[in-house]
Amino acid sequence: MDLGPHAGFIWASYGLCLLTVLGLIAWVRIDKAQQEKALKDLAARGISRARPAGEGKTSS
Amino acid sequence: MAIWDYANPTRFLRLVQVVLPWLIGLCVIAFAAGLYMSFFVAPEDYQQGDTVRIMYIHVPAAWLSMMCYSVMALSSLGTLVWKHPLADVSAKSAAPIGAAFTFMALVTGSLWGKPMWGTYWVWDARLTSVLVLFIMYLGLMTLWRTMEDPIKAGKAAAILTLVGALNLPIIKFSVDWWNTLHQPASVMRMDGPTIHPDILWPLLVMAIAFTLLFFVLHLMAMRNEILRRRVRALRLRAASAAQPGTAAATAQPAE
Repeated sequence: MDLGPHAGFIWASYGLCLLTVLGLIAWVRIDKAQQEKALKDLAARGISRARPAGEGKTSS
Repeated sequence: MAIWDYANPTRFLRLVQVVLPWLIGLCVIAFAAGLYMSFFVAPEDYQQGDTVRIMYIHVPAAWLSMMCYSVMALSSLGTLVWKHPLADVSAKSAAPIGAAFTFMALVTGSLWGKPMWGTYWVWDARLTSVLVLFIMYLGLMTLWRTMEDPIKAGKAAAILTLVGALNLPIIKFSVDWWNTLHQPASVMRMDGPTIHPDILWPLLVMAIAFTLLFFVLHLMAMRNEILRRRVRALRLRAASAAQPGTAAATAQPAE
């Protein structure tokens, strides 16, 4: 593909956008993995969002 | 279903799980079509030659940089006025994405400017106001990081975001209000686009692809932020359980 005398500017633009988008994708994926790992570690220590059995029930 | 039905983060996460694969598929298809049209269908410009192909990423990135800030401004209203539990999650998650799109717009514009204008940068109204937008994004990201409590940070950031929204009309109309090196609007005009359809269609397809990319990344980032707040709430609960004398952890809206 011949993009003329300014091909370097065109490829640099597209390359930089590609790198930025890849960086954003990496950010959200790494962040998700970190948060899920933290939740898993807490659950392994017995700390989770699930209510302990009996909690919330009214005694009659 | 009203927007309030998704105020429950668990319900919102279920919705994200269903919607995300479809959005990702559409985004990939839109980018494939847009890039094909940009390089193999769209002709050279009679004056700019092949450098016009930079427009297919520069203009969508610039539009998205403003749309992203508009989403943040609306979310800020949601935080301050309606106190929607996911509003500050939305605003916080959108900031890094908006900063990235603004960065792309600035750098691709600079790389387009050098062969066309003979310079990478001029301090004209359009370029400077977009640089201010980029700095606003960085400032908001910093503000969220400096405050420990996400609720307090959300409120402070919402006020700053709404003040910064004054920059949006300045960016949009800067090319009309001042004599700038940047060209005036040629797509979103009252009298219709002035671009030939052969160049306009690839641009619109790429704009759709960028918009889909924004929604994909925004939903993913919002999901991560909800998980982060759950981790924080659980750690606070564990800490207060370990020290019975201390105050109980406050529940976070997006827990």
